[in-house]
Amino acid sequence: MKENEIDKRRRGFLIKITLGLSALSAVVAGIPVLSAMLAPLMKKTPAIWRKVGLIDEFAIGITKLVKFENADPEAWAGMTAFTAAWLRRDTENVFTAFSVNCTHLGCPVRWEEGAELFMCPCHGGVYYKDGSVASGPPPKSLVQYQVRINKKAVEIQTAPVPITSINA
Amino acid sequence: MGILKKIWNWIDDRSGLTEMFEPMIKHLVPPGSKWSYVFGSATLFCLVLQVITGIALSLLYQPSSSGAYQSLLFITNKAAFGNVLRGVHYFGASGMIIMVGIHMIRVYLTAAYKFPREMAWISGVFLLFLTIAMGFTGQLLRWDANGVWSSVVAAEQMGRIPLIGKYVARLLLGGDTIGGHTLSRFYSYHVFVIPAIIFIFLAYHLMLVIRNGISEPAKAGRPVDPKKYREWYHDMLKKIGVPFWPYSAWRDLLFGAATIIAIISLAIIFGPPELTQPPDPSFIYTNPTPDWYMLSIFSLFALMPPEIESYVIFIGPGLTIIILLSLPFISNKGERSPIRRPWAVFGVLCVVIFILSLFLLGQQSAWSPKFDVKPLAAKVVHSTDSVVIKGASLLHQRGCLFCHSIAHQGGLKGPDLSEVALRLSKKDITIRIVNGGPNMPAYGGILSNQDLTAIVTFLETRK
Repeated sequence: MKENEIDKRRRGFLIKITLGLSALSAVVAGIPVLSAMLAPLMKKTPAIWRKVGLIDEFAIGITKLVKFENADPEAWAGMTAFTAAWLRRDTENVFTAFSVNCTHLGCPVRWEEGAELFMCPCHGGVYYKDGSVASGPPPKSLVQYQVRINKKAVEIQTAPVPITSINA
Repeated sequence: MGILKKIWNWIDDRSGLTEMFEPMIKHLVPPGSKWSYVFGSATLFCLVLQVITGIALSLLYQPSSSGAYQSLLFITNKAAFGNVLRGVHYFGASGMIIMVGIHMIRVYLTAAYKFPREMAWISGVFLLFLTIAMGFTGQLLRWDANGVWSSVVAAEQMGRIPLIGKYVARLLLGGDTIGGHTLSRFYSYHVFVIPAIIFIFLAYHLMLVIRNGISEPAKAGRPVDPKKYREWYHDMLKKIGVPFWPYSAWRDLLFGAATIIAIISLAIIFGPPELTQPPDPSFIYTNPTPDWYMLSIFSLFALMPPEIESYVIFIGPGLTIIILLSLPFISNKGERSPIRRPWAVFGVLCVVIFILSLFLLGQQSAWSPKFDVKPLAAKVVHSTDSVVIKGASLLHQRGCLFCHSIAHQGGLKGPDLSEVALRLSKKDITIRIVNGGPNMPAYGGILSNQDLTAIVTFLETRK
C-alpha cells in the first residue's frame, strides 16, 4: 500500500472515531437531561381516596366546594398541593363530585345556588346541575370524580386535571 | 504619545476590538433609512432592558410553587424599588411586544423580506413567537391565582393537539395536576430555555443585517430583481451609502432611549399589575384574565363557534406560522413599495382591525357572567304588585341578571331585557325561559311554576 492510501485510511478512521465519541458523549449526557425534561411523563400518579368530610356535614341537595390534597404532592408544593371539587349530596347515601375545571379551557366554574347552574367566569360556559352543558363554548359535560362513603366519611378519589382532547 | 493612548493601543491591538467592531459600527447603510427603521432596534433595546430587569428580579424572586407568591409580595411591598422593578419588567414586556409588532408590520409593508433578506424574515418570525412565549410564561411567573389558572388554560390548549395532547399538557404542568413542579418548569422556560433560543435567533438576525445590509427605502417602480439586486445594492452603497454610526444610528439610539424612558415612566406612574389571590388551586373564586397582549386570543376563544374551536386552537397557530414562514417564498421579488402593493396594505389593515376589535371586546368580556350584580332597585322595578316585586327579586336570585341587564344593571351576554315586553309576547317570554336557546340555559327544570309566573309577570312590565 502506498503512503497516501494509508494516510487516507488513517484519517477516515480518526474522523469516524471522533464523530462516534462525540455522539456517544452527547447521548450519555443527554440521558439525564431528557429524563429531567420528560419526568412528568414517566411518573405514574396513583389514585388515592381523600377524605373531604363526614357525611353529616353535607345537607341533602346542597352543592358544596370541598378541598383535598392531590395524590402525590411534593414536599415543596405548599398550597399548590390542593385541588377543589364541587360535591353534592343527592340523597341519603348518594354523592356526586364535579371537577371545578370548565371543560372549555380549564377555568374554575362556580356553583350558583340560586340559578342552580355552574358558571365559568372566563368565556361564559354554563352547566346544569347534572354537569351537562347549558350554554356557552364548553364542548362536553363537567368531569366527575369518584366518590365513596367510607364508614362515616365521604371520600373523593384524586384524578388528573381533566384535559379536553380535540375529539372532546 | 500619551501613556493612556499607549495603553489603549496595546489593548486594542491585542484584543482586536476595533478590528472586530469597527466594520459593524461603520458599515454603510442606504441614505434615507429614517424613522421607520427604528422599531427593530427599539425591540432590541426593550430586550436588553428585559434581560437586565429580569436578572434583578431573579435576585429577589423564589421560583417555587409554594414560595413565589410570598416573594412577589416582598418584591412589591418591601424591596427597595421592587415595585418599580416589577413595573419596568411588565411595561418592558409590553413595549417589546408592541415594537416587535410594529417592526414586523413595517418590514411587511415595505416588503423588506424580499430577496436577499428571506432568512431575516424567517428568523424574525421565530423571534416574534418566542417573544409572545416569553410574555405568556412571564405572566405565569407572577404566581398568583391568575398565574395558576393561566397555566391550566395553557395546558388545556395543548390538550387539543391530536394524539399527544394529553402528554404535552402534562409536560407543561409538570404532572397531572398543578403542583410543586409547575412553577419550576415555567421558571426554567422563561429564564433559561426561551431566552437561550432567543439569543441564538437574535444573533443570527443581526448577523444577517450586516451581511445583507438593511433594505433601502422602498420606491415605487423600482422592483427587486434577484439577478441584479446584490450588485445594484453594493454599487448604490459605494456611491451614496453613509456609515451606520452616527448618521443612521442616532435615530435608533434616540428612539430607543425615549422608549425606555417611557417604559420607566409608565412603571413609576402605574406600577406593576396587581397580584390577585394566592396561588391556591382549590380557591376558585377568581376570574382569570390574561395580560393585554393575550386578550385578543382570549376573546377569540369566547367568540368563535364551539364546533370549530378545538381545530382552531390546534391548527390556528401552526397555520399562522406556516403562512408567515412561507411568505418570502411566495413573493421574493418585484415591487416593494406599499403604493404598488395595495393588497398588502389592505391585509395588514384587516389583521390590525381584527386584533384590535378582539382586544376591545376582550376588555368588555360581555360573555362573562356578572357575578357581582346587585338586586334591582325599587325605583327600577317601579311596582307595588307583590308578584312583580317577587319576579324582580327572582331575576337577581336566579342569576338571570348575570347575563341580562335591566336599566343598565346586569351582564351583557344575553339581550337587554329593559324593554323586553315590547319585543316578545308573554307566551314567547315563557317559552324562551323554559326551553332556553343556543346561548341560554333551559330554566324549565330549575324554576317552579310560581317562580316562572312571577318572573314572566315582572318582565311583562318592561316596556
